[in-house]
Amino acid sequence: MKERKRVENPMKVLSRVIKYMTVNYKFSFLVVVVCIITAAIANLVGITFMQTLIDDYILPMAQNGGGDFSALAEALLRMAAIFLVGIVCSYVYNRIMVNVGQGTLKRLRDDLFVHMEKLPIKYFDTNAHGDIMSVYTNDVDTLRQLISMSIPQTINSCVSVVCVFTGMITTNVPLTILSLAMVGVMLFTMSKIGGKSGMYFGRQQKDLGTVNGFIEEMIGGQKVIKVFCHEEQSIEAFKKLNDELRISADNANKYANIMMPINANIGNISYVLCAIAGGLLALNHVGTLTLGGLVAFLTLNKSFTQPITQISQQLNAIVMAMAGAQRVFALMDAEVEVDNGYVELVNAKELPDGTLEETKERTGIWAWKHPHQAQGTVTYTKLQGDVVFDDVDFGYHEDKIVLHGVKLFATPGQKIAFVGSTGAGKTTITNLINRFYDIQDGKIRYDGININKIKKDDLRHSLGMVLQDTHLFTGTVMDNIRYGRLDATDEECIAAAKLANAHSFIKRLPDGYQTVLTGDGGNLSQGQRQLLSIARAAVADPPVLILDEATSSIDTRTESLVQQGMDRLMNGRTTFVIAHRLSTIRNADCIMVLEQGRIIERGNHEQLISEQGKYYQLYTGKTGKAGN
Amino acid sequence: MIKTILKQVRQYKKASLLSPLFAALEVVMEVLIPYITAQIIDQGIEGGDINKVYFYGICMVVMAMFSLTFGVLAGKYAANASSGLACNLRESMYENIQRFSFANIDKYSTAGLITRMTTDVTNIQNAYQMIIRIAVRAPFMLVSSMIMCFFIQHRLSMVFVVAIFFLAMILMLIVQMAMKVFDKVFKKYDGLNASVQENVSAIRVVKAYVREDHENEKFGKASGELYDLSVKAESIVAFNNPVMMLTIYGCIIALSWFGAHFVVNGEMTTGELTSMFSYIMSILMSLMMLSMIFVMLTMSAASAKRITEVLTEEPSLTNGANPLKTVANGDIDFNHVSFSYREGSGEETLKDIDLHIKSGETIGIIGGTGCGKSSFANLVSRLYDVQKGSVFVGGRDVRDYDMEVLRNQVAVVLQKNVLFSGTILENLRWGKEDASEEECMEACRQACADEFITRFPKQYDTYIEQGGNNVSGGQKQRLCIARALLKNPKILILDDSTSAVDTATDAKIRKTFKETIPGITKLIIAQRISSVQDADRILVLENGEVNGFDTHENLLKTNAIYQEIYEVQTKGGGDFDEQAG
Repeated sequence: MKERKRVENPMKVLSRVIKYMTVNYKFSFLVVVVCIITAAIANLVGITFMQTLIDDYILPMAQNGGGDFSALAEALLRMAAIFLVGIVCSYVYNRIMVNVGQGTLKRLRDDLFVHMEKLPIKYFDTNAHGDIMSVYTNDVDTLRQLISMSIPQTINSCVSVVCVFTGMITTNVPLTILSLAMVGVMLFTMSKIGGKSGMYFGRQQKDLGTVNGFIEEMIGGQKVIKVFCHEEQSIEAFKKLNDELRISADNANKYANIMMPINANIGNISYVLCAIAGGLLALNHVGTLTLGGLVAFLTLNKSFTQPITQISQQLNAIVMAMAGAQRVFALMDAEVEVDNGYVELVNAKELPDGTLEETKERTGIWAWKHPHQAQGTVTYTKLQGDVVFDDVDFGYHEDKIVLHGVKLFATPGQKIAFVGSTGAGKTTITNLINRFYDIQDGKIRYDGININKIKKDDLRHSLGMVLQDTHLFTGTVMDNIRYGRLDATDEECIAAAKLANAHSFIKRLPDGYQTVLTGDGGNLSQGQRQLLSIARAAVADPPVLILDEATSSIDTRTESLVQQGMDRLMNGRTTFVIAHRLSTIRNADCIMVLEQGRIIERGNHEQLISEQGKYYQLYTGKTGKAGN
Repeated sequence: MIKTILKQVRQYKKASLLSPLFAALEVVMEVLIPYITAQIIDQGIEGGDINKVYFYGICMVVMAMFSLTFGVLAGKYAANASSGLACNLRESMYENIQRFSFANIDKYSTAGLITRMTTDVTNIQNAYQMIIRIAVRAPFMLVSSMIMCFFIQHRLSMVFVVAIFFLAMILMLIVQMAMKVFDKVFKKYDGLNASVQENVSAIRVVKAYVREDHENEKFGKASGELYDLSVKAESIVAFNNPVMMLTIYGCIIALSWFGAHFVVNGEMTTGELTSMFSYIMSILMSLMMLSMIFVMLTMSAASAKRITEVLTEEPSLTNGANPLKTVANGDIDFNHVSFSYREGSGEETLKDIDLHIKSGETIGIIGGTGCGKSSFANLVSRLYDVQKGSVFVGGRDVRDYDMEVLRNQVAVVLQKNVLFSGTILENLRWGKEDASEEECMEACRQACADEFITRFPKQYDTYIEQGGNNVSGGQKQRLCIARALLKNPKILILDDSTSAVDTATDAKIRKTFKETIPGITKLIIAQRISSVQDADRILVLENGEVNGFDTHENLLKTNAIYQEIYEVQTKGGGDFDEQAG
């Protein structure tokens, strides 16, 4: 659960929200504001009309003992017309706000998503996934409330306050001052109670976070609780946290709940005070206040306090929404992956003289198109899969280097394996090749080109990755395989599945290749998911493959079958393999043994065994002559 | 469903009743105040009598004070009752989840249960608070305002009856039409969130395949559909306000017209006319509130349903009558056992398993992914019930034992094991609450965990973070084994529990087991031949059936599958896991 930080500058955030909202809806928003004002005025006319009705029509008629109702009828018709305008305006602004609100939200979501897709991997490492999700759900939702409710209501209430205040001050100045004083009292109590309520809401949020975390941990380990019969203890611990949450929720809501009656009754008292003071003024003929004027003033007084309460409540909601808005903008302002690459990957065909020429159609031959600005020429380099690390240093944080002076070279078609304990830096190295992260020092060259010069998209297109954590997407099995190459035919996808040895289990699924996977392929076993992600990489058909523990959840027998397919897949491609099973890495051309971010041994299997170092020790379980 | 939820009010019944009671009293005051206002105007100001103004003014202040007190009390009790209900709901759900069997747990996702206990409960809490404050208040306001109106002028009140009828009809229509579309909106919204979730967790795949544009397009389409539906739903709701205004203004005009006639004819005073105007506002406001409550109820119905599901979920395993409290020994017998996770689906995970294990034996279990190894082990401590046949432990059917007794005697180290946040010592004591530090250390020695624990600066007081993220996979597995050993069980089941431990340490653990706990029956599930080859007997499972059950030597001679696994693994070398410690 994230902490609710105080918003630095609410007004700045608010103006950004409004700007964001109005940029596409300038005209609509203008219409909305005009309509809100018109509707509010119509409403006020309605309130004041009552007094006109009594003073100008009913009383004279009553005094005359009956009379002409046609004047009244005419006045009522006039009123009806004004009301009608108010109703139409109300509908118009409500209806337009639907489009403005929802349209803004759609744009907001789309912008957030598009921006999120551009963020570097680092962002996802440093921000909890739950927090990112919460931006889309909770924070966007608070903005929805802000846009569709708080903003129109605040405008509405402001118009009312201004109109009523004008009415009051023109009627009588001293009474207006009295009313204002009472509003001051009201605002004061409100800020006092609101502060208390806010404090407890903060505490409630914190307690909710604690309970949330506790549930997450305990329910995640529920099976362990079961086998250890630890249910009682876990209930006890939960009860304690739960009760703390109850108390803070109770307090927070209590203070929020009592705000309304307090305000309403301060309003009532204000009414009485004005009646008494006004009565004294009018009866003693101090100033110009007439009895009719006093009655009118009292009505205005009633309509004065209500919108003020509303504004203060809305302001509260707006300030709270600003915290959400700030998080939305924080995501939207997060720095995107920089890509200064200019070398592109293009389809090519080989000319008889051995040079390459760019073509449109898929030839199976790829080339790096390297424009040289200085000379204004373009050179083509054949994509082969030659990868060189030259003294590479890297750290996830500038000050904490996790890879030190890594040197390696993979010639096209070689199989390079990485072994070492958890945290030795195996996965990190592979994540540098495709530029998930940028290195601090040294150079990585791909077919002789510094990878910083290659467009990231093209670089990644040329690399196939099967990751340690398999992720599948909602959609059919076929869609998931085709994710590797969107224009692959069904036949190609099935061929890839066969290569990955996934075909047999897919056929046994209820709808075969059309079986819909949901929730990250939750209905498949870990091993089956790995087979699918291998098929996905196979269909992409990239010149360089990175397999990060790609077969770790597949049993040894199935793996040996997959291995045959993989060997076929890897044939002629440069492959980087991370694995803890020897069967997977034994036939590698070069095995790198990593320890604490350094390559401590390198060579093929036979060489490393004869060296009797770390590799030998890990492999045989015996301590070699190198010792440890 | 509502009954199940309301049952959880329990000790907050008093608050739940007091809150509407005070709300009702507050309404009485609020209804009387406009009447007093009318008196101030009629008798005081227009009558030119300042004493009357004082008198009614004081009346009004007193009433305002009462109204304030009642309002505050209603609010206080409402907060008390609703947060209490929320607390009880969470507690009951949590307690019931603790009673869940493995089969029950499999049914729900962790994220799903968390949402139910947090977001859904908060929805119910808000709805309940609103209902006990307003559900009584609004109808009460409606009725008392009506009474006041009839009291003042019954013929004029007919205007309201027509208006209320009109408004109620329209509001119902709007709510009903909107809810239908909103249902679809919520579904789309869930789908959209799921797609974000998917992209957040699979961002590496998206980036590795350069599928950002593809995902943007997918998302844009989904958010476009959400937009269309939301606009459709909210356009219906947009009628709400204008209809409301239409009714109010209609009433004002009608009231003015007829009211004028009554006043002129002397059947009514102007003050009474003014208070009629206030009452009509109250009546229409309470109708509006009722429609809001209706919407809120419908919206929280989904949450209530999800909570009820958890509350009413019956644990699929229960103790029999007079359960056995002791386990005689570590014998295990499978008598023609068939087992399926989904009963009646025809997919049997285990088929007709019939085998017998003597107390103190070490049994290796090996086989491909999905062959039923873990399922086999899970039946011994009755984490699931068999469909056919029976499982005996210590000579008695597992269903005859008290589950807690059985599980304390059959220690399982699960494949997907978890450490909890707390010190190493605290984690170890899950196995035995009152274990002394020496006992814990001894268990760690047996599990070869002491060698790395002693290298930590704080040793046994090292704090394990949530999910055990600050220890390596192999270290975690050894801590989990030590934790299970502390139970001092008669049967120990290791479900692939040394997969991340390097070969040498794995062998060392097995050697210590042989020396220190020879009397315990040990079931060792593994992928590696080396982990099981020195067991007394090895069970080879294939597609849920016993393919072979014999010693390593015999299996090598007779069992084709075993031979194949052996071949693959020795040819390729053993397993090559993380380095020890």
